[in-house]
Amino acid sequence: MQLIFEKSRPGRRAGHVPAHGLPVPEVPAGLRRDEPPRLPEIAEPDLVRHFTKLSTRNFGIDTGFYPLGSCTMKHNPRVNERFAVLPGFRDLHPLDEESRTQGALRLCFELQEALVEVTGLDAVSLQPAAGSQGEITGLMLMRAYFADRGEAERRRKIVIPDTAHGTNPASVTMAGYELTNVQTDARGNIDVDDLRGKVDEETAGLMLTNPSTLGLFDENIEQISEIFRSAGALMYYDGANLNAVCGISRPGDMGFDIVHINLHKTFSQPHGGGGPGGGPIAVGERLAPYLPVPAVVREGDGYALDYDRPKSIGKVRGFYGPFGVFVRSYAFIRAYGPQLREMSEAAVLNANYLLALLRDAYELPFDRLCMHEFVLSARRQKREHGVTALDIAKGLMDHGFHPPTIYFPLIVPEALMVEPTETEAKETLDEFAEAMLAIARDAEERSEVLKEAPRSTVVGRLDEVKAAKRAVVRYLFEDHPDLSGDPAPVGVEAPKGV
Amino acid sequence: MSYLSLTDGDRDAMLEAIGVSTIEELFADIPAGVRFGRALDLPPALTEQELTAYFEELAEANADPSQTVSFLGAGLYDHYVPAVVDTVLQRGEFLTAYTPYQPELSQGVLQAIFEYQTAICELTGMDVSNASGYDGTTVAADACFVAKHATGRSKVVVTEATNPQVRQVVKTYAPGFGLEVVEVPHRDGATEPDELREAAEDAACVIFQQPNVFGVLEPAPDLAAAAADAGALPVAHVDPLSLGVLEAPGNYGCALAIGEGQSAGNPLSFGGPHYGFLAARSEFIRRMPGRIVGETTDAAGNRGYVLTLQTREQHIRREKATSNITTNQTLLALGGLVYLSWLGPQGLREVGETCLALAQYAKDRLNFPPVFSDKTTFKEFAVRVGRPAREVVSAALEQGIHPGYPLGRDYPGMDDALLIAVTERRTPAEIDRLAEVLASCS
Repeated sequence: MQLIFEKSRPGRRAGHVPAHGLPVPEVPAGLRRDEPPRLPEIAEPDLVRHFTKLSTRNFGIDTGFYPLGSCTMKHNPRVNERFAVLPGFRDLHPLDEESRTQGALRLCFELQEALVEVTGLDAVSLQPAAGSQGEITGLMLMRAYFADRGEAERRRKIVIPDTAHGTNPASVTMAGYELTNVQTDARGNIDVDDLRGKVDEETAGLMLTNPSTLGLFDENIEQISEIFRSAGALMYYDGANLNAVCGISRPGDMGFDIVHINLHKTFSQPHGGGGPGGGPIAVGERLAPYLPVPAVVREGDGYALDYDRPKSIGKVRGFYGPFGVFVRSYAFIRAYGPQLREMSEAAVLNANYLLALLRDAYELPFDRLCMHEFVLSARRQKREHGVTALDIAKGLMDHGFHPPTIYFPLIVPEALMVEPTETEAKETLDEFAEAMLAIARDAEERSEVLKEAPRSTVVGRLDEVKAAKRAVVRYLFEDHPDLSGDPAPVGVEAPKGV
Repeated sequence: MSYLSLTDGDRDAMLEAIGVSTIEELFADIPAGVRFGRALDLPPALTEQELTAYFEELAEANADPSQTVSFLGAGLYDHYVPAVVDTVLQRGEFLTAYTPYQPELSQGVLQAIFEYQTAICELTGMDVSNASGYDGTTVAADACFVAKHATGRSKVVVTEATNPQVRQVVKTYAPGFGLEVVEVPHRDGATEPDELREAAEDAACVIFQQPNVFGVLEPAPDLAAAAADAGALPVAHVDPLSLGVLEAPGNYGCALAIGEGQSAGNPLSFGGPHYGFLAARSEFIRRMPGRIVGETTDAAGNRGYVLTLQTREQHIRREKATSNITTNQTLLALGGLVYLSWLGPQGLREVGETCLALAQYAKDRLNFPPVFSDKTTFKEFAVRVGRPAREVVSAALEQGIHPGYPLGRDYPGMDDALLIAVTERRTPAEIDRLAEVLASCS
């Protein structure tokens, strides 16, 4: 399909701008642009067709089942889209007077309160723009807390299990901390013996996803919590998997001090092909003074922005956070109310049901009931038939499904990480299971079908090595290279999900 | 209301297939001591109709934006967003997709990001753009991280005439990056190249804004040259809608160009979500934060797009990654691409010219002295209103005009300074009205 730049014709245009016949002041030479940027020149009919065509070359939850593990691809209620563009929200300037933004501030405040209740903590900042920004914000809070206690120089280490999302260690480095890895035991929990030897007076804290990226609730969470508490260290909860435990178990009650919530996972903000998201953080009382400014607070009968927080780490993002995301997520929470528990129960039921249908066909590295997701291994298919997790993922596309997350978590070889979410019907799970079983049979009987997959998509398997080697990352107009010659064999296996 | 699909019959059949008799048994691994023993204390569930009434009530508790003519900017602006942007962004295939990890099913969004990267490179005069950052503040922190690792230096310089939100975010991130932040004061609304040159000694990068927070055009080429002369990477924070009439940072020696994308294609939305953009010269490609889409082919030679250079990224490099970004702002960046395609080069120039012309008209109509004399501005300018600007704002709002941003909120000694933003959405008649109202309030 042509790029929009290739459809461009000199002199065509869509938008027109009011001119008012006023004189245009001269921009001084040297500051003035003389060569215009080569933006597309296209009329509105073909503009609409271009992007409509692109959309048909994309798979979303609206298209079909999307069991991408750790990403919580649940249905996105459409009414929430309507709320986000109510004129009183859409056209509201964040620097307008507080007396004129009371509805927005109230929404923020009520969302904070709801997140306090769901996480079991005491205070919330909605400012972080994504889970990963919640992480780095949480680590900044740890630094500020220990600095206040005169322990910041000493406490340099953050403990992370080997099952962690890659963002956790990346955030640790960016926040200026050092990483300590801890192993997973035979049941898929943190290896408590390994942990004991690694937590000491130099430890600032732990970052843990619970349930873990294996889809397993850590059975030793109380012991783990005690180890950190007695070392004077803090605990950070990566809320990527919060969808499993709403109303069932709360991070605050597990002993965590800081939690980020992925609003685009648990609370249904549509992920838009990569974003926006939202990563509010909830904290216990002792960390509340360090939260980003401004805080949204209740003041008399109304709501206000409080900048007077002398111990605050500062701002991590412009203004108050991704407000449109708050609108959608808060609407989602209010639709369920206390029945959020039923949401998590259905998520866990759907995952266990799907696991029951698939456990004989694929290896299950940790044989337990799962939470909202589970991790299978295609190790046997690879060893016996040369069929990899990547081949299985591509094969699923020919059955009309989006593949699960693959090659993650890293401790499971040929990992297939499946998260069905609560919104899927039993028939959908049955159809997906049939496809996975058919693929397992194909692996044994006619593996070439999987090696050649996908065949039903708009392009075949793409050469990622070539992409990285040539690094053509923008259209180059008359100098644009033709990469079609000499296609190299495919073979990179990077994690695809999370 | 719930969005669940399971019937009671489904539940029973599924529990049986699992081999348990109740849903409770599925949670057996959660120790009793951390089980939540009561119902969540949240307001009762609402139907879609009830939700609608509630959210309309919340939206209406804000001042109705259609009843106020606004000249408020200071970082986010009331520019026109055409209908085609909404049309494209509400396509479910874009709206409800995750990050495009599986390229064969994600060619739509991958090609769109590739086109977005191209548009940003064209706007800024750069070689490479990422797929977007969170907003115009966090991309500044990202740029500092790139510069620290590219130069091995541990200081960054930010001009005081850079938007305070941007400076605050850089200062929040800097300690973790091991960076010291130095601010260079403005002199009558603009930055002095010689002063910047001195501050840039041993700095990893210099961040300046063009036009700056006061709307004033900085001597940007001279600032970039001063930074480069000190061995610091020049980083321009630019308004995308100015780049039809103002020179592109890549054409005056900047190493990186960053900015807030909101003015190009996103509604104000009380401060977010929007997109930040980050573009760079090709030598920095392997230090770029965030996602990048690249072109490739399938085995048959068909052209296609994939997330590329992933060895920079957290899911592979973990603690050695160039950033921790996973989620970005793809849908908002797509809005930017649709908007910029709708405008085209001619429309982009016209938006810039209309802003310039209307702002000049406003300067001429208002009988207030400029805060900074003899300075060229773009769409925003500061005037002294002769009394505390906050009071003027309150008084003008009584008459249906939001006249601008009181600069005293961020700059000591500027309590009587009002920063007035004039976008292409304003009309000469509205500006006449602003002049009348301000005359009556000051």
